[in-house]
Amino acid sequence: MAPVLAIRDLDIRFRTGAGELHAVKRVSFAIEKGETLAIVGESGSGKSQTMLAALGLLAANGGVTGSAKLNGIELVGASQSALDELRGRKVAMIFQEPMTSLDPLYTIGAQLVKVLRRHKPISRVAAREEAAALLDRVRIPDAAARLDSYPHEMSGGQRQRVMIAMALAHGPDLLVADEPTTALDVTIQAEILELLGALQRELGMAIAFITHDLGLVRRFAKRVIVMRGGEIVEHGAVADIFSMPKHDYTKALLDAEPAGRKAPVAADAPIVLTADDIRVEYEILRGMFGRRTLMVKAVDGVSIALRAGETLGLVGESGSGKSTLARSIVRLAPATGLVRFEDRALLPLSKSEIRPIRKTLQMVFQDPYGSLSPRMSVGEIVSEGLRVHEPGLTASQRDARAASALEEVRLDPEMRRRFPHEFSGGQRQRIAIARAIVLRPKLVILDEPTSALDRTIQKAIVELLRDLQARHGLAYLFVSHDLATVRAMADRIAVMKDGKIVEEGETESLLANPRADYTRRLLAAAFTGKVERVKGIEPSS
Amino acid sequence: MSTAGNSLWADAARRLRRNRAATASLAMLILLALACVFGPMLVGNAYDRVYPDYVRVPPSLQAQPTADLIAPAVERIASRLRARATDISRDGDTLKIVLEAPRAIDERSLAFFERSDLFAAARVMSREDDGKRLTVEVPLERNYFFFGTDGNGRDLLARTLIAGRVSLAIGLLATFVAISIGVVYGAVAGFAGGRIDALMMRAVDVLYSLPFIFFVIMLVVFFGRNFVLMFIAVGAVEWLDMARIVRGQTLSLKRREFVAAAETLGVSATGILTRHIVPNTLGPVVVYTTLLVPKVILLESFLSFLGLGVQEPMTSWGVLIADGARNIQGNTHLLVFPAIFLTTTLFCLNFLGDGLRDALDPRDR
Amino acid sequence: MLGFVLRRFLSAIPTLFVVITLSFFLMRLAPGGPFDLERPLEAKIMENLQRAYGLDLPLHEQYLRYLGNLLRGDLGPSFFMRDFSVAQILMQGLPVSMALGGGAILLALVLGAGLGAFAAMRQNTGADHAVVGFATAGVTIPNFVVAPVLQIVFGLTLAWLPVGGWNNGALRNVILPVIVLALPQIAVVARMTRAAMIETLRADHIRTLRSLGLGGRHVAEHGLRAALLPVVSYLGPTAAALLTGSVVVETIFGLPGIGRYFVEGALNRDYTLVMGTVVVVAVFVLVFNLIVDILYALLDPRVRYE
Repeated sequence: MAPVLAIRDLDIRFRTGAGELHAVKRVSFAIEKGETLAIVGESGSGKSQTMLAALGLLAANGGVTGSAKLNGIELVGASQSALDELRGRKVAMIFQEPMTSLDPLYTIGAQLVKVLRRHKPISRVAAREEAAALLDRVRIPDAAARLDSYPHEMSGGQRQRVMIAMALAHGPDLLVADEPTTALDVTIQAEILELLGALQRELGMAIAFITHDLGLVRRFAKRVIVMRGGEIVEHGAVADIFSMPKHDYTKALLDAEPAGRKAPVAADAPIVLTADDIRVEYEILRGMFGRRTLMVKAVDGVSIALRAGETLGLVGESGSGKSTLARSIVRLAPATGLVRFEDRALLPLSKSEIRPIRKTLQMVFQDPYGSLSPRMSVGEIVSEGLRVHEPGLTASQRDARAASALEEVRLDPEMRRRFPHEFSGGQRQRIAIARAIVLRPKLVILDEPTSALDRTIQKAIVELLRDLQARHGLAYLFVSHDLATVRAMADRIAVMKDGKIVEEGETESLLANPRADYTRRLLAAAFTGKVERVKGIEPSS
Repeated sequence: MSTAGNSLWADAARRLRRNRAATASLAMLILLALACVFGPMLVGNAYDRVYPDYVRVPPSLQAQPTADLIAPAVERIASRLRARATDISRDGDTLKIVLEAPRAIDERSLAFFERSDLFAAARVMSREDDGKRLTVEVPLERNYFFFGTDGNGRDLLARTLIAGRVSLAIGLLATFVAISIGVVYGAVAGFAGGRIDALMMRAVDVLYSLPFIFFVIMLVVFFGRNFVLMFIAVGAVEWLDMARIVRGQTLSLKRREFVAAAETLGVSATGILTRHIVPNTLGPVVVYTTLLVPKVILLESFLSFLGLGVQEPMTSWGVLIADGARNIQGNTHLLVFPAIFLTTTLFCLNFLGDGLRDALDPRDR
Repeated sequence: MLGFVLRRFLSAIPTLFVVITLSFFLMRLAPGGPFDLERPLEAKIMENLQRAYGLDLPLHEQYLRYLGNLLRGDLGPSFFMRDFSVAQILMQGLPVSMALGGGAILLALVLGAGLGAFAAMRQNTGADHAVVGFATAGVTIPNFVVAPVLQIVFGLTLAWLPVGGWNNGALRNVILPVIVLALPQIAVVARMTRAAMIETLRADHIRTLRSLGLGGRHVAEHGLRAALLPVVSYLGPTAAALLTGSVVVETIFGLPGIGRYFVEGALNRDYTLVMGTVVVVAVFVLVFNLIVDILYALLDPRVRYE
């Protein structure tokens, strides 16, 4: 049987300001009719660029050589108008960012009608009817009415459904799905994947499933390609690769799930932090002088406690209030209630009264790109807290402390003369951790410290954090949406939803026997795929 | 990678150096500025020195007086001496003139030569016919008017350079005023946030609705055509954009995690402003500055063009262009030279601004 | 939507009030008066004149009187052009200025957006560089340089068009001033459209269009619509400024528009004429800001009418 897409010696180079970047190095593979091929790799592996190049969608500074044949028709070097005849009809693509993939200025009905009429000679009215049917097919409730909605009026999951509807409008032979669920919450992820599986069986199309998440691969695909640094390092049946990975990199990837467990704390360890009945309400200013206001309850009466050396995992989906709670403890968000840190009530303190306490109460943020001041050198960044809390130190003493803190997070201390933009995401997060531990804190609040990183790097950061905790007896408040990481980090877990804690307990028992309905759903979405395929997503063979 | 590391400024400088249009513009601007600052001392003619004998001389690389100017000038002086020049011969920079008159020529009247812009003092070589025939030697007074002269006989090169001083000075000073007000206002509004911010920005909105060209004209007309007032007026009007830009920057920087990180470290408000916020607003400020300078220069020349700006004998490019536009028929050089200087400056500043923006914000390329 | 328009309209009234108050007192604080001639008038005549125009009253009373008259739509008599009321002068000047400004705005929008979009679709090609070069020239070469050059070339050398004059708005007389007025605006709009469109063409939703076979025309359409947002907010105040007269162009081409009356009024301390012009211009600015708000809301569904 002839493959849907046959890629031969595909080679991609980008001209950049810093010279040429060889993104994809002569890769060859094929996708058979109706099959699901997973293309796995971390950021920079070239997995997305390969498929974008095949569809003629590379950025303007990219150059392609080699061959990519769709149903025997050469795509590389084809004219844009020839490609336009195929794209949307024979091959379509869905992208990672549902928030930005749709044009914000047009209704989704208008966008769907445009797509339908591009390859089909039908009237506007007929196209609109068909658009409603398509929305219905991707299970958007009240489809006909939603045609007049604008993208910003829909949630991320719904937008991704619209995107799928547009991609499948003409029943393509091949759907390229580029990390279609990465930006979504886990429960929504599961729904979208299930939808894709159902539609695939219905339409019999092939799917190229690009992902960094091996858990999804096992759930979704039969065959897999592992890419790294622009090359295919391993290629084979999913079952074989999972049971007998040949390449070291594949092994590392499979092993990249944060493993191990945290050693338990002593029962008599002193309590470092208690937070009682914490509420955070936001006022949204309206009107020209901000006279009218709207109250939003982000955190709604939450209580937690933390012992020295203990890690509390704070779990929830976006909008659950978990980050706001964490920020309210370090007074980055205005809260009411009682926060007691080492026998001092924090909330009534003035800015200058709380300053000395901050030395032992530190925070690491989610975005390693945003949390480092771009115009300061790494040394300045790491030692900034010392300026505040140990003003007696000379510049060279500060520098020495910064160097040893960098060593502790396993970075070359020589790097302190460089600037944040010269580092990778994982290195930057290490710098952020160094900035926190240089002050020798007792409690560190970790706000999704690993979620912007690749799996293999996540694993290393988790190990580093556990290691630092053991060495310095740190207490962690670990905020995350990723249950696998939380399992590897936390003694106890608190699950948050809509500003409230719905369930709290010891890590192992909570994961084994979730009581709250919401926790069960969360767990099902996050873990079941790792052991068995989700019902109904079996690809047709 | 070297261990020294590259700050974002160093990176930007490197990118700017690669932008040929921007570097050429920068070099050109430096050249222009040097010419305007030091040029007037080297030209040899003061910008306000009037040469009555050189009115509307066309531009020329040759020394004045040129041959075709000499004979008529000699004739004119001769007629004042009630004599005729019967023979004029030239030897390098000196003329040998034979003057003949029906009566004896009063030698004191030879001072007319010296009074002319063309000649130095005349020396009598020989006297014949009882002084009715004089042979005099007159050295030529050499003058260069590379850009020609204006309707009053003033050296256009000197005037253009002096005008450049004025235009550039106004451009820089007014921009400085505008940027200072704008940065402070915007940073305060953005950092304060909430109702203070809303109120301060509402005031900016009101000022935006003022017909500002009309306001500048009113200021200048009613309070006198004063150099200082000019740039205060312009600066006071042009700060609005800067305030908006800086406020927007401050607001978005305030939400960035590195500011939150500094707060959790216990860094004071001053520390946050000076180490984390201000350095990061400087990029857009620098870019806006390079784009505001040409705007202000243009505004000044516009006011001068209307006769509301710099007053004679002081001059600016706008004044010269206005003068040139009035005399455009037959004397195009009066328009061409100041216009070239002005547009070159504006062009270069714009290219430099564009280059800086690309260099400081590499996403745009 | 109607409520939104009404609210915006009401919020413009305090702004107008501030503008009027500011101009009124600024003008009065300045030294000199409308009847300061080179040869001073006799004290008696001066006193009579002052009384006739109400200038003898305390300043705040003059101010209140002016506001009262303004509410009744009375802009007062001109101090300098004694036979005319300010309203009459403005009614004469406004059509001239609006004809020029309207033409220039139209040219700026059509040619500017067209050139900008054309260049953006061909980024870094020769055509793109040509547009950028033209746009930079248009922004930097002042119109009081362009105007005399065009006058020489088309008015005198080729003798195709008149050098100046209004001639009851004959097309031949309007062409040069409109072009001079429009050139810098075409340039600004072209630069803006180009920059905004290049930005949009890199957006994810444009990639989505291309991935669905909606290249070429569709990409241009979606890109241009997004790129027009900044252009609209730029053109609002600019339109107000152009429609209420360009001082330079009206002076150079000898056209009887608002801009020229304003400068003459200011030079002659014609308080009422200056005030009248400022009021008219401010109203235009506010109206066009309102139009921009409405257009913006129509173009961008994310703007909410609150």
